[in-house]
Amino acid sequence: MIGSASAQVGLAYAFVEREIALSKRYWAWELVWLVYGVVTSLSVAYIGLAAPAITGGDSDPAAVSRFVLYLLVGTITWRFLGLIFEQMGETIAWERWEGTIESTFMAPVPRLTHLLGMCAATLVRALGFSVAILAAVALFVPVDLSHANVASALVLLATGAVAFIGLAIGSSVFPLLWTEKGLQMAYIVQAVVLLVSGVYYPTTVLPGWMQALSVISPATYVIQGMRDALLDGADFARIWPNLWPALVVGAVSIPVGLRLFLWAERYAKRTGRLKRSG
Amino acid sequence: MAIQVRERKRTEKKTAALSASQVRKAFRPARVVPGGGTTVRAVDDVSLSVWRGEIYGLLGANGSGKSTLIRLFSTLLTPDAGEVRIFGLDIDRDELAVKRLINRVSVEASFFKKLSAMENLVYAGRLYGVSPDDSRPKIVSILHRLGIEDARMTEPLEKLSRGMQQKVAIARAFLSTPMLLLLDEPTTGLDIRSKREVQTFVRDLRDEHDATILLTTHDLDEAARLADRIGILHRGRLVAEGTPEELAARHGGGTLEDVFMTLTGRRLDDADATDAERST
Repeated sequence: MIGSASAQVGLAYAFVEREIALSKRYWAWELVWLVYGVVTSLSVAYIGLAAPAITGGDSDPAAVSRFVLYLLVGTITWRFLGLIFEQMGETIAWERWEGTIESTFMAPVPRLTHLLGMCAATLVRALGFSVAILAAVALFVPVDLSHANVASALVLLATGAVAFIGLAIGSSVFPLLWTEKGLQMAYIVQAVVLLVSGVYYPTTVLPGWMQALSVISPATYVIQGMRDALLDGADFARIWPNLWPALVVGAVSIPVGLRLFLWAERYAKRTGRLKRSG
Repeated sequence: MAIQVRERKRTEKKTAALSASQVRKAFRPARVVPGGGTTVRAVDDVSLSVWRGEIYGLLGANGSGKSTLIRLFSTLLTPDAGEVRIFGLDIDRDELAVKRLINRVSVEASFFKKLSAMENLVYAGRLYGVSPDDSRPKIVSILHRLGIEDARMTEPLEKLSRGMQQKVAIARAFLSTPMLLLLDEPTTGLDIRSKREVQTFVRDLRDEHDATILLTTHDLDEAARLADRIGILHRGRLVAEGTPEELAARHGGGTLEDVFMTLTGRRLDDADATDAERST
């Protein structure tokens, strides 16, 4: 049993090792994406700093600082969750582009192990990027984390990662079945989640039907909980109302996403979609 | 090209490494307009057995269904009808166990092209449960036998020639020491020297490692040179099967090319050209 588990960990690690090797070879592109992440996060932070000038409203430094942190928590948490979401679909799309998807799918690796390995690789990358972006942004914009409850924030991030893994597995079905435009379909799903999850604003400003969608997005709870933890120092008891819905979404989305992927794999094998032509 | 009569090592009792029974596979075209397009029957009622330790050559023109058949045997496609067994295991019900016994080389060498041969092969080894400590010396040994020098092993694969990439693909398949190796036109596009090196390696693989090999080709010389038995595939159907000598005896003698022409009504080169024109 233990031997079998360690064998599965070994198999899953193959995907982590592969991603690390690819990141080394594509280091210049990684740098480009890091700069892109820093620039977009900084742009959001400067919108916060400029809010009094734009609106002609309150220029109290404490209020402005809180608003900047409000926006930064949203953008960086979204960057972390978004990377998890994107990376799964992009890896499938990449394998289709390189033509390696057939080798990967005919290897004696249980699909669950394969996907867990991809998720682990994705988490490593998302965590590295998010920490680097936060550190870079802090060099330009004063970030007041004096009230932050870091432990609560980490618990929320871990929960959000789990919840997003299910969504990411489900969405990677698009590039699996549609080589040319599948990834763009996954991006549309991601954009809808961004719109309804209160990344830059409270969900209460949304129309009623969008608020209904925000209820099923795990990002809604994770981002709200992260704000409570990092702006107001909320402890575990206070983040629980945002934690349990994210856990429920994760508990539902992972098996559903996995089932969807397995169905898509069977469909692809029935219709010959694992190969583009011939 | 005369058919060579060769002595083959024959086992006392034949064990089926692969048995396919009445396998069918058709593809429907994308529905651009309602009811548009015709269903293509890629594999039509094919039954064949490949015995353990045998090199079985599947000969056919472009579009005859060779690659589809290899994909069906590789678990990458599911048949519409029929049954496929690998060493007695059902390819659908025992998929994971079957995957441990097989490997495949496709006509296109597909890799992470920015990674080196060594990185790609270490990754491939891990997928088959071979640790890097065990795989690295094995990789070096296999690549040496295939004529790839040490310095080329750590270069990104995109910098290697098509022939070298195909050799790395063969090394990847061999790394997992498969019981059944499926080679889908492994020498297509290679120069004469590389072709010979690969053919020698394939035969050594069978002789030294008790591997069973199913090889598809549209190269008559290669089929005659390597295969113990040959199956001729024409428009998705297996129209003849036997040793080169048996095929010649059954179908009017002469060369393998004469046999192909008798069975399909076309020369293999003409069939390829016609199919190429049809697909453009």
